Amino acid sequence: MKAKRIVVVGNGMVGHYYVDQLAKQNAGHEITVIGAEPRPAYDRVHLSEVFSGKNPEDLALTTREYYKEIGVSAHFGDAVAKIDRANKEVVTDLGRRFAYDKLVLATGSYPFVPPVPGSDQPGCLTYRTIDDLGAIRAHAKDGKVGVVVGGGLLGLECANALKNLGLETHVVEFAPGLMGVQLDGGGSVMLRQMIEELNVQVHTSKSTQKIVKGNDRKLRMEFADGSALETDMIVFSAGIRPYDQLAKAADITVGERGGIVIDYHCRTSDSDIFAIGECALFGGRIYGLVAPGYRMADAALSQLTDKPIPFQGADMSTKLKLLGIDVGSIGDSHGKALHNGQPPASFLYSNDRERVYKKIVVSADGKKLLGAVLVGDCSDYDTLLQLFLNDMELPANPEAIILPADKGSSPLLAGMSLPMTATICSCLNVTKGAIVAAIEGGCCSVADVKSLTKASTGCGGCAALLKSTVNEELAARGAEINNNVCEHFAYSRQELFHLIKVGSLKTFDDVLHKHGKGRGCDVCKPAVASILASLFNDYVLKKEHASLQDTNDTFLANMQKDGTYSIVPRIPGGEITAEKLIVIGEVAKKYQLYTKITGGQRIDLFGARVNQLPEIWSELVAAGFETGHAYGKALRTVKSCVGSTWCRYGVQDSVSMAILIENRYKGVRSPHKLKSAVSGCTRECAEAQSKDFGVIATENGWNLYVCGNGGMKPRHADLFATDLDDATLIKYIDRFLMFYIRTADRLQRTSVWMNNLEGGLDYLREVIIDDKLGIADELEAQMALLLDTYQCEWKTTIEDPEKLKRFRQFVNSMDEDPHVVFVQERGQPRPAKESERDALTAV
Amino acid sequence: MSNAIHKKINPEPIAMFSRSDLLENSGVCVLVEDVQVAVFYLPNETPEVYALGNHDPIGKANVLSRGIVGDINGELVVASPLYKQHFSLVTGRCLEEADVQVPVYQVRLEGETVVVSL
Ligand code: SRM
Ligand SMILES: Cc1cc2nc3c(=O)[nH]c(=O)nc-3n(C[C@H](O)[C@H](O)[C@H](O)COP(=O)(O)OP(=O)(O)OC[C@H]3O[C@@H](n4cnc5c(N)ncnc54)[C@H](O)[C@@H]3O)c2cc1C
Ligand code: SF4
Ligand code: FES
Repeated sequence: MKAKRIVVVGNGMVGHYYVDQLAKQNAGHEITVIGAEPRPAYDRVHLSEVFSGKNPEDLALTTREYYKEIGVSAHFGDAVAKIDRANKEVVTDLGRRFAYDKLVLATGSYPFVPPVPGSDQPGCLTYRTIDDLGAIRAHAKDGKVGVVVGGGLLGLECANALKNLGLETHVVEFAPGLMGVQLDGGGSVMLRQMIEELNVQVHTSKSTQKIVKGNDRKLRMEFADGSALETDMIVFSAGIRPYDQLAKAADITVGERGGIVIDYHCRTSDSDIFAIGECALFGGRIYGLVAPGYRMADAALSQLTDKPIPFQGADMSTKLKLLGIDVGSIGDSHGKALHNGQPPASFLYSNDRERVYKKIVVSADGKKLLGAVLVGDCSDYDTLLQLFLNDMELPANPEAIILPADKGSSPLLAGMSLPMTATICSCLNVTKGAIVAAIEGGCCSVADVKSLTKASTGCGGCAALLKSTVNEELAARGAEINNNVCEHFAYSRQELFHLIKVGSLKTFDDVLHKHGKGRGCDVCKPAVASILASLFNDYVLKKEHASLQDTNDTFLANMQKDGTYSIVPRIPGGEITAEKLIVIGEVAKKYQLYTKITGGQRIDLFGARVNQLPEIWSELVAAGFETGHAYGKALRTVKSCVGSTWCRYGVQDSVSMAILIENRYKGVRSPHKLKSAVSGCTRECAEAQSKDFGVIATENGWNLYVCGNGGMKPRHADLFATDLDDATLIKYIDRFLMFYIRTADRLQRTSVWMNNLEGGLDYLREVIIDDKLGIADELEAQMALLLDTYQCEWKTTIEDPEKLKRFRQFVNSMDEDPHVVFVQERGQPRPAKESERDALTAV
Repeated sequence: MSNAIHKKINPEPIAMFSRSDLLENSGVCVLVEDVQVAVFYLPNETPEVYALGNHDPIGKANVLSRGIVGDINGELVVASPLYKQHFSLVTGRCLEEADVQVPVYQVRLEGETVVVSL
C-alpha cells in the first residue's frame, strides 16, 4: 500500500522545505506538520538581520494560510513528546495524537551550553530562534557589556548582533583560534586582527570555570587561567546539539555523541521513520548548514516515489560576511587530508596592509583544487567553489587565481566555462543546465530566472554567480532580445508603444502585420490591448479587441480556481452609503455569493458562474455601481482615511480627495495595476506610502509620494513634491501616470520601473515638474483624452446583446458546469475541494 | 438564449450549432452528451475550427474555452486562463509539461453549421 499519512515533526527550515515539496508533488498524501515554535518556519540563516533592521516577519518562509491553501494540516506551539512506534502515532505535549504511515523527524538542533556552574542564571542566553532574539534585545537594553561564548561561525555572527545593539562586545573562545573548523591558522589570525580593529575584544584559549554575580556588571566569568571578565549578558554559541531525544526514547538508533543515525535514504533504524536536517547523523557527521538539509529532504521525499535518489553527503563550503568581513572556506581548508595517497600542496597570498588572506590547497600534481580559505576578500569564492565542486582542471599556474589582478592573475572564470552540471545555487540545487533551460524557455532577466528556478532564493550566496551566468547566456543569445515582448515582437513594450502611437495603429492585426510575426500569443495580445487602451481607450470588448484580453478582462471579472468569477464593484475612496451596502448584501444573498471585505477597502463577491455575470451586473449597475476594474491592469482602489471630516487629527479632507482621484483615473489602462491612497495627516492611516502614488495631507496642502509597492517586494514610496495645492497635485499625477504608462515594461509596477529608471527620482522630477523633455503638455493631453473617453465597461456590456453571447457556459445548452460545486463554511459558500466534490457528485 | 440545435446521431455523439455562435479568434464551450468541448474559431487559418476538451488538467477546472489563442513557434495553441500553460490546438499536447495532454475532438464547418463529434 502507498504511504498516505505523512507526519513531519519540526517546522524549521528543512521541515518546511520537505512539507512544501511534498505538497507540490500533489500525490494525494495527507500531510501533517507539528512545530514546537509558536510560528511557522522562518529563515534562521538570516536571523541576525533582525538586529540590523529587518522585522521578524520578514524572515517568514511560509504562513498558516499558505499551508491551508496547499492542504497541509499544521500545528504550532506544541511539541511532539513521544513516538508510539507500535501504534504508529505521535503524541504531543498537549496530548494530541497523529497517526502516520511515514514519520519524518526534522527537529533540528539546539545551542550547546557548556555545563559551567552558574550558566543557568538570568542573563545567560542562547541564539537560535526568533524568541531568543527578543530575550537578547531585552537584556541588551539595560546592559553595557555583552559576551559571546564561542568563536565559531554562529558565535561571530552573534557578536555582530551584540555590537549592533550598542554593547561593548567580547568573544570568548576555548580553542586557540577563531573559526577553527573553517579556517586554517593564518586565516584565523587575520580574521582576529580585523575583528579586534572593529572593537570586538577576542579572548582565545579561555576555559570558563564558573559564572558568578559581578561587582561592576551583572555577571562575572571566571576562567581557568585565573583571569575574569565582567558582563551584563552572556550568549552561548559553543556548538550545536541535535534534538534526538524523541528518537532515543523510541529506541531508534542515535549516534554516540548524538544525532539520529540515517542511511543513504535518510531512513532511521525504523524504516518508516526518516530524519532530515540538523537532527540527522549521516556518515558520523551532523551537517550544520541548510543546503545539506534540503538535499536530505529531497532524498527522503524521493522515497515516496518510484525514483529514489540517495543522499551522499554534502559540501560544507561556506561564504559569509562576519562583522562586515568577508570570510570563505572551501573543502579541505586545512590541507590535511591525503589526495590519491599524496599530501597536497598549498599556495598562499597574504597582505597585511590590505588585510587580505587567501590560501588554496591543490593536489600534488597541481591539477585539482582541494580546498581554500579566504579572509577579507571573497571575490574569488565563486570561481574557486566551481573549480572544486566540478572537479575542474586548474590552469598551469594555479596560484594566479588568488593573486590580485594587477599581479598577473587570470581573469575570473565565470559561468560560461562551467559545465552544464555545475551547481550554481546549492541551497535550491539549481544547476547551470537548469538556468540555461530557463533562458531558452523565455526568461530574459535574472529576476525571471530566479522566480522560475528559485535559484538564489535561499542564503543568497550565489547571487553574483547567478547574475553572471544569466547575463552571459543572454549575451550569447544577443542581449537585445532581453526585453522583447515575446517571440512575435522584437521590441520592448516601450518601443511598441511608440510604434503604435506614431503609426496610429488601432488594432492588434495592424500592429502584428506591421511590426510583428506569427499570430500572437497570450503575452503580446494583452500587452498590445493595454497599449491600445492607453492610447485610444476603446471599449475593451469591441470586436477587434475582445480576443486579445486575458480571461479576466474578457469577462470583466477575476477567474477563480474553480472557473467561477469574482465581482468587485467600485467603491471610490472606500466610502459607501447604507443603501448601496444593502444592494450588495441583497445581490450576494440572491446569487449565493461569498462576500469578503478586500484589502483595498471594498467588497468582493465570489463564486459567480460565467452566465450569471451579466444578470448580477445589471442589478449592480441599476443601483448605481460601476465596475471596479479588479480584473484590469488599471487603477484599482484609492484608499482613504476618514480625514478632517471626522478625525481629530486630520488637516485636509482626505476622503473627498481620494474619491476625486479614484473617479478621475478609473478605467485608465496601464502596464500593470495602479494603486493609490490619501491620508488626512502624517499618521498615514491610509498607508499612502505603500502605493504607486500616494497623497498625504499637510497643513498647507498635499505631499505626493510615488512608486511605492506592497505585495511581493514592498517598497516605500519616494517623497516627490510637497505642499501642493489640489490643481498642481492632479497635474503632477496626470503627468506621472502617463509617463509611466508610456515608458514602463509589460507588467512592471511603478516601483520596479523607478528602480530601473536611469537618473531615478531626480530625473523623474525633472521630467514631471521641470518639463525637461518638453512633453508635459502632451502627457496631460493624452491623459485628458483617456478621461474623456471613460465608460463603465459593465454598463456598455449589459446593454449589448451581441456582447452578452460571450457569457454563455455552453453555446448549445442551458446546463451549468457540473464541475462547479460549493460547500458551506462559516455560513457562506466556498468551492468544494476535490475530495469533497467527488463525494458530493458521486450520489 | 441559444439558437443551436443539439441532436444525437448514432453511433457517435455529435453536437451541431451555428457558426454565428463562434467567437472570432477565441473559444466557446459546447456540450456533446455530457462532455464539455472547447471550440476555437480562427477565421484566418486552415482549418478554421479546432476542438479540445474544455477541462484544464493542470488548473483542474473547465476553462480552456476561455483562454487566449495564438501560436508558439508556429504551433497553434490556447493558453489556459488559470495558470497559462499552452495546449496545442492540433494535438492537445501541453507545451510546458510533456506528460500532460487534453483530448482532441473532431470539428468541421458545414456551411453555416458547426459539427462537433467525440
Ligand atoms: C481581493 C484581494 C484580497 C482580499 O481578499 O482582500 C486581492 C486578491 C487578489 N490579488 Fe491582491 N488582492 C487584494 C489586495 C491587495 C493588496 C492590498 C492593497 O491593495 O491595499 C496588495 C498589496 C499592495 C500592492 O499591490 O502594492 C496586493 C498585492 C497583490 C499582488 C502583488 C503585486 C506586487 O506588485 O507585488 C498580486 C500579483 C500581481 O498583481 O501580479 C495580486 C493579485 C491578486 C489576484 C488578482 C490574484 C489572482 O490572479 O487571482 C487576486 C484576485 C482577486 C479577485 O479574484 O477578485 N495582489 N493585493 C484584495 C483586493 C483589493 C481590491 O479591493 O481591489
Ligand atoms: C544565527 C544562525 C545563523 C546561521 N547561518 C547559516 C548560514 O549562513 N548558512 C547555512 O547554511 N546555515 C546557517 N545556519 C544553520 C541553519 O539555520 C540550519 O542548518 C537549519 O536551520 C537547519 O534546519 P532544520 O530544519 O534541520 O532545523 P531548525 O531550523 O532548527 O528547525 C527545527 C525545528 O524543529 C522544532 N522541534 C524540535 N523538537 C521538536 C519536537 N519534539 N516537536 C516539534 N517540533 C520540534 C524546533 O523548535 C525547530 O523549530 C545558521 C543558524 C543560526 C542559528
Ligand atoms: S491619517 Fe490622520 S487624519 Fe487620517 S485617520 Fe489617521 S490620524 Fe486621522
Ligand atoms: S546558494 Fe544559497 S541561495 Fe543559492
